[in-house]
Amino acid sequence: MNNNRYIQWGLMVLMLIFSSSAAAWNPFEKYQPLVVVSDPYIELRTGPGKGYPIFYVAAQGDEVQILKSKTDWYKVRTPRDKEGWVHRNEMRHTLDLNGDPIDFGELGLGDFSKRRWEMGFNGGDFGGANSLSGYIGYALTPNITLQVEGTQILGEFSDGVMASANILMYPFPKWRLSPYFTIGTGIITTKPHTTIVAAEDREDEIAHAGVGANLYLNDRFMLRMEYKRHTVLTSRDDNEEIDQWKAGFSIFF
Amino acid sequence: MESRLQYIFLNQNKTQNATSCARSAGWLMQILVLLFSLGSGAELALAATEAEDLELEPLVVREPEQRKVKVDAIDSEDFEIGINAGLMHFEDFGTDTSTSIRLAYHISEHFFVEGVYGRSKLGQTSFEQLSGGAPLLTDEERDVTFYNVSLGWNIFPGESFVAGRWAFKGGLYLIAGAGSTEFGGDDLFTINAGAGYRFVATDWMALHLDVRDHYFESDLLGTMEGKHNVEFSAGLTFFF
Repeated sequence: MNNNRYIQWGLMVLMLIFSSSAAAWNPFEKYQPLVVVSDPYIELRTGPGKGYPIFYVAAQGDEVQILKSKTDWYKVRTPRDKEGWVHRNEMRHTLDLNGDPIDFGELGLGDFSKRRWEMGFNGGDFGGANSLSGYIGYALTPNITLQVEGTQILGEFSDGVMASANILMYPFPKWRLSPYFTIGTGIITTKPHTTIVAAEDREDEIAHAGVGANLYLNDRFMLRMEYKRHTVLTSRDDNEEIDQWKAGFSIFF
Repeated sequence: MESRLQYIFLNQNKTQNATSCARSAGWLMQILVLLFSLGSGAELALAATEAEDLELEPLVVREPEQRKVKVDAIDSEDFEIGINAGLMHFEDFGTDTSTSIRLAYHISEHFFVEGVYGRSKLGQTSFEQLSGGAPLLTDEERDVTFYNVSLGWNIFPGESFVAGRWAFKGGLYLIAGAGSTEFGGDDLFTINAGAGYRFVATDWMALHLDVRDHYFESDLLGTMEGKHNVEFSAGLTFFF
């Protein structure tokens, strides 16, 4: 019994030793590739921004290790153990150990039109009240995106929330200013303000149609403008029509 | 003798890839060769040179794919998450502590998007304190929660120097955005604007000092009027 336990412990220690010696097996190890400087030199700054001073340069032929990135900046370690931040534009002048150029591709219009996931936040006017909304979208094809959206409506006399699912159709997904049509449906809950006496909370179904456009700025960033016409399917005799205008920004992944 | 065997074995090995039936024969040969070559290392070296003559594939194949740099696999730290604690002053309702959690995404070195969810508490108005009458709001209505999404601009990035000895990375940022505040039981559209300083302590951790004005309109005290509510806070954030 005791012997068994010793053997178990021994095996565990052995496994530990082996796993630490074979670094390639370690799943927690970060990917930190070596690259060769092909320009006369690259500049290392103390921080990831042009506001930080240059304190060191890595010379042509130096093998530098890329440790991590932050926005457009890469943190590198030089052969002399200096660590600093290099801009992507300078990293383009490095080669891999085979001597081949590396694709430090900046995201561009092509990535914008081929985006899969996106999320955004926007604000505007909802039938005279303020509206704030956040959404997550997934592109089935470059032309069709499915989207779920949560909206908070903040009016003078009441406030409410609206949850909706939409489908967006982009006739020209490759354009920088890319227009779209949208239809969707959801639920809206309205709650009168506490200063309003004797009014009740309401929950109604809602359907909407609208037009909008995305404007690609740079990197993962785009602006969105949208107009929607909502039809609130009330339990009263008449359905209520509400116009919504909004604008905001989105990030895609 | 040994090298002849080796020759046969290597030939077997060559065809091994093509025909699976030769595999068992190859195995036998391999064991034989192993036994023989254990006897003399020199013969093994000879066999190796002979192998080169035979134009065989090298034993260790270097995979060039592994040297190709995959930029997407490099660890990126564009997100920042953290907590803030401080004081929040509500117009007419005094000052109380505020706490918030915040998540930021750094779009570029200049701009970031930040989402905040926070809570604080309303005190008593001076009227309530002086009159000693019934309170205006219930305890539940005095709980304030707010959220906002803002765009920040790192307007003065750079290093700051403390006592001429230490250099801190960081910078001043301006920030503005919109959101909602639950104030006195109602959700109110709220605009926030302010400025802050980010001390980047290490690559992955930063300290914030932040001053923010939360502006909304409320008719809680009879007439609809704009209210400025100023929040001072300090925060600790982590990049990931």
